[in-house]
Formats: sequence, C-alpha cells, structure tokens
Amino acid sequence: MTLYPTLTDDMRRGMLQTMVLIRTYEEAILREYHADKSPGFDIGAGLIPGEMHLSAGQEPVAAGLGLHLTKDDALTAAHRPHHVAIAKGVRLREMTAEIFGRETGLGHGRGGHMHLFDPETHFSCSGIVAEGLPPSLGQAFAFQRRGIDRVAVAVAGEGAANQGAFHESLNLAALWKLPVVFVIEDNDWGISVPRTQSTSVTSNAVRGAAYGMPGTRVEENSVEGMYEAAGEAIARARAGDGPSLIEVHTLRLWGHFEGDAQGYRTDLDGVPGRDPLPTYRNTLTAQGVLTDSDFAAMEKSASELVEDAIDFAKASPTPSPANALEYVFAEGARS
Amino acid sequence: MTAALPTVSLHTVGPNLAVEPDAGTRKTSTAKAVQEAIAQQMRTDDSVFVMGEDVGPYGGIFSSTTGLIEEFGPTRVIDTPISETAFIGAGIGAAIEGMRPVVELMFSDFFGVCMDQIYNHMAKIHYESGGNVQVPMVLMTATGGGYSDGAQHSQTLWGTFAHLPGMKVVVPSNPYDAKGLMTAAIRSNDPVVFMFHKGVMGLGWMKKNPRSIGSVPEESYEVPIGKAKVVREGTDVTIVTLSLSVHHSLDVAENLADEGISVEVLDLRSLVPLDRDAIVASVSKTGRLIVVDEDYQSFGLSGEVIASVVERAPGLLTHVSRVCLPDVPIPYASQLEYAVLPTPARIEAAVREAMDGGVAS
Repeated sequence: MTLYPTLTDDMRRGMLQTMVLIRTYEEAILREYHADKSPGFDIGAGLIPGEMHLSAGQEPVAAGLGLHLTKDDALTAAHRPHHVAIAKGVRLREMTAEIFGRETGLGHGRGGHMHLFDPETHFSCSGIVAEGLPPSLGQAFAFQRRGIDRVAVAVAGEGAANQGAFHESLNLAALWKLPVVFVIEDNDWGISVPRTQSTSVTSNAVRGAAYGMPGTRVEENSVEGMYEAAGEAIARARAGDGPSLIEVHTLRLWGHFEGDAQGYRTDLDGVPGRDPLPTYRNTLTAQGVLTDSDFAAMEKSASELVEDAIDFAKASPTPSPANALEYVFAEGARS
Repeated sequence: MTAALPTVSLHTVGPNLAVEPDAGTRKTSTAKAVQEAIAQQMRTDDSVFVMGEDVGPYGGIFSSTTGLIEEFGPTRVIDTPISETAFIGAGIGAAIEGMRPVVELMFSDFFGVCMDQIYNHMAKIHYESGGNVQVPMVLMTATGGGYSDGAQHSQTLWGTFAHLPGMKVVVPSNPYDAKGLMTAAIRSNDPVVFMFHKGVMGLGWMKKNPRSIGSVPEESYEVPIGKAKVVREGTDVTIVTLSLSVHHSLDVAENLADEGISVEVLDLRSLVPLDRDAIVASVSKTGRLIVVDEDYQSFGLSGEVIASVVERAPGLLTHVSRVCLPDVPIPYASQLEYAVLPTPARIEAAVREAMDGGVAS
C-alpha cells in the first residue's frame, strides 16, 4: 500500500525545478563568495565571510524530501543546509541576507550560513556534526503530545552516523515511537576522509535495525528514489508508527568548503558523470516529460528568484555594532 | 515557532504571581519546595513537563520530582534512557515548538556527555536566530560535595555554566528561594539552569543543613532571577557567597558576632544575571570582601565577583580574599575532601584575617 501520491509528470518537473533552483542558488553564492576574495584567499574577507559549505550535487535529497513536507513540519539541517532550506520553503531573501550577514537576515546577522532559523517553516540547523538530531526528537515529541500529524526530519551527513548523538537519538526516537525521519546524506567524504576509512558498515541504513526501525538506502543519488523512500518514512511517521532511517548515496560536487583544493580526492574523475542535474534532466527529456523550453523556463525562473534574493541581501543594511549584544536573552540583559 | 499552535503561547505564562511574598509559617524542605513549584506550574500550564533519569517512580535521585508522576502520570513525568545528549536535545526541540520542559541532568558533573546540546544549542539558538526562536526550558541539576562521592560526583561547576553566554543560572540556598526561583525559571522564556546543592535539599540520607527546612508560602510566587539577597546585615566584612556556603557563612557570622565582629552575608541566588549592584552596595558598607565559593577557585565566580568591585569602585576595597575549592579534583577520603571544601573553619579564619587590622569603626 502506498500512503503517498504516485509521482506525476508535474511532480517530476517540480522536483527538477527545485533542483535547478538549488543549483542556481549555490552557483550564485559561489560567485558572490569568491568575488572579493582574490587574488589571495582570505576566508574572513568579502561580502560573504566565513566558512561556506555548498550543496551542489546533493539536490536530489532535498527535492525528493521537500515534496512531502508542509511548512508546519519541522526540519533540522547540518552545516551544509542551503539545499534542504530551499526545499523546505525557507524565505530566500531573508536566508540570503543572513548569509550576507545583514540586519534583514533570518537571524539579523547573528547566525550565518550554518545557523539558519526560520520559525515560519520550522527550519533550523546546527554546525555541529549530528547535534541537530536531538532537537528534532523534541520537535517530534511536541507534535506527538499534541496529537497532530506533523513530522520532524533531521538531515545530516554520513559522518554524523558515527557520532554518539546519532545513536542516542535513534534509540530514543524508536523507544518513544516519535514521528521523526532521519536522513543521512552519504556524499562519500567527511571533509577529507573517505567513508571507507570512517564507517564500519557499507550502508548506514543497516543501523536502523539496531534500533528497531526501518532503514532504507537510496542509491545513485536518485531524486525519485528519495521521493519514494521519504514518502514511505513520512507516511509511517504521520500515521504514528514511529521513526525511520534513510541513507542516500549522494554526491559532493565541490569541496567540503570553499577554498578546499580537494587534493585528497580520488573520485574526481567520475564526478561530472554523476552530476544529478543533467542526469535527471536527460531522464525526463527522454521520457517526453520535459522539453528544452521547459528547462530554459526553469532556469530563468530560478535565476530571477536567486538574483532577487542576492540583490535584496546586498541592498540590506549591515547590523549596527552597537547592537552586538542584543538577543542573548529574551528577557532582561546580562548584568 | 508556535504561530500555528493554538494550545500554547510563548508569551503567555499565566497570571502575574506575587514576587517574594511573606514567607508565612508553613515549613517544608528545599526538595519539597522544588517539587511543589513544578507541580503548581504543571497544573496551570499543560505545556510544562518533566523528563530525565529516574524522575518518575523514584522521584529524582535527590528528590526533586518526588510525587509528580503520581499526580501527572508518565506522559508528563518521563523517565529517559541514560542518553543525556538525546533527552536534553529533545527538551530543546520541544521548547522551540512552544513547550516548557523541565529537564533533569542528574549530576552537574555529567555535563561532559551532553555539553554540546547545552552550550551550543540551548544557550545559543535565541541569539543565532536574532531573537526569533525562544528556548523556554529549565535544566535542573544537582551539585556539590561533602559526602565522599569523589571527583566525578561532587563538583558544583556553576561557574562553567555561567561563563558560557545565553543561559541564565540560578543557585538557591534554601526552600523559599528554591520554590520562587523554580517557578520563575519555568515561566521564563529563556533557558534557565537550576542548580541545587544536595546539601540544601533536606534529604534524609545525607548530613542535613538545619536551614534546609524553612518557611515557604503555599501559593505560587516568584523570586526574580538575577537578584541577590542580604541574608545577614553587617558592617565590618562582606561575605559574598551562594548555595550551601551561605549556611556555613551565616554560622560563622553568628559565632563571631559575640566577639563584636559584624559580618554581612550576601546570597547571590543567581549567577546569570549577576547582581553586581548588590555586591558593590555591600562592599561600600564594609570595605572588606571575602568570596566563599564551593566551585574551583581559578578562572571562575570568585574572580568575577572581585572584578565586579574592582571595575566599578576600585577605591572601595581595603581587604579582599577568597575561600574556594583549590584547583584540585575533589578527593574521596573525607579527611581530604574536607581539607579542600570551603568549611566554616576556613571561612572563620578568612574573616579573622580580614579583621586583622581591627574593626574599622
């Protein structure tokens, strides 16, 4: 029994559109990030300072997942959050302004690209590997206790599955039958260490069995595979049947962070052939679901949205240094 | 994050309560006062719940939750696995979705297995979100030594929590303050770390401090977070202290009064926010400052208290000293442990040293 809608051609095009939007966004952030960091590379300089972890290549995870979520569902992401934020419907202008460190940003410039919080879409992220999982338990707990069929999704990289927080979270989620879905993005690399050197099992999906929950691995960075796996898991969670674990074999198209020369990377020759965006475009074209003009329209629409967000961010004021201490507490100030 | 949730509002925490009302005549232990504060808030606000290790039928290892499961059942008083990262994180997630969790970390010493959730998440989310996400959560934890529990179960560590920005830290010394501060903590929209010393709880199985049973109003009330209290007035020496050390300091002050030495004792009650005005006000009367702190001496609370005076009114001080835990893991053998704890004997010696030049007046 399928508890989620069978993919229609419209939905397929919609997923591709989301993937295009994400890629367009990451390319624009890449451009802006590096624009004023040359000829030397100064990580703290420029319109977008600091670490930058871009998600190009991982679009299928977000696009396949996002179709099942409403804005009332919760999602916690990790240090590489843009793709899932976009698929969750986080406001692009405010998110971009936050990445630019502006007063109009989601966190008024206090958070940055690894710490995006959008209450409207119940989106948050954590820059600490695996530590976004425990809060997702509490979000799921709040939904469960109120008897509402919302779900909490926690997205993390494959490196997170070797952290204690991952194992504690899976146990507690299963024990309390929480409506939570754990999504592990296996992009083969924990910064420079290949998963074969970090992980005792070939698929983290098998770790679900240790906690009595279903574990599914989606191969080949398949957006439709992700749609099916997420649909199953989210329907199960909404029905009150408890948590699930999904691992997706995805692709880190670029470096761990910008400025990473990737000298350690032994799989780069195969990367272009694994890029999920042309792959899915070609699939839909071959199936007669997509025309070249459809795709051109997707690119145009994505570009307009992204450039509008970038323009908004650039035109926004920077936060006042005088207010740097604001927002430590909701009530009162530290004496 | 509660915009679409009709049942709970982040900014409505029930009717205003009395602030530090008259204590009345009813006597309870500190443990009972904590239980009562939690129960009263659970009755008026269904978003309040308790979770932690052994908080259910056991009632909390140090009796902070005795009786709650009988009244509220296992859906609101929840025994967790020994997974502090998972359940403290779950408290954070529930709080950002509009609930008001009271989460117990059995010993403050155990923060090592879950500190990332505490200081990188609970304490920082409000700031990182630019004030858009609140974390109205209480992290309740037992502190302190004096009963040979060794280096991993006897620490206070409040200075560590207070050092890291974004969490309020309260440390009651008696039943009245414990109830009022717990009530204020649950109703606060900020994360509050509620640190009770085992020696002030009035437990039947540990050396009892006589003031661990005291007058407590039956109705709900608040003790404001961030407000210290002069618990004994004096003119010669100020002792700034907190928690169990308040009682040692009061005992010493009482003994020395017979010799004509007048000691003022200031109970900080909260570390964050720290009531620096009250510290300076007291020292401006006495000129002599002794900080008594059961936390480690270096890089912590005692230095912070002294710095508060030095920065604000450097001319005030004619004498300053500290009676703290020296920088050593807390020993097991009683003779060794009491050699490092801030005992009444050490406090008395410090006062006598401060008075070496004679009474000022």
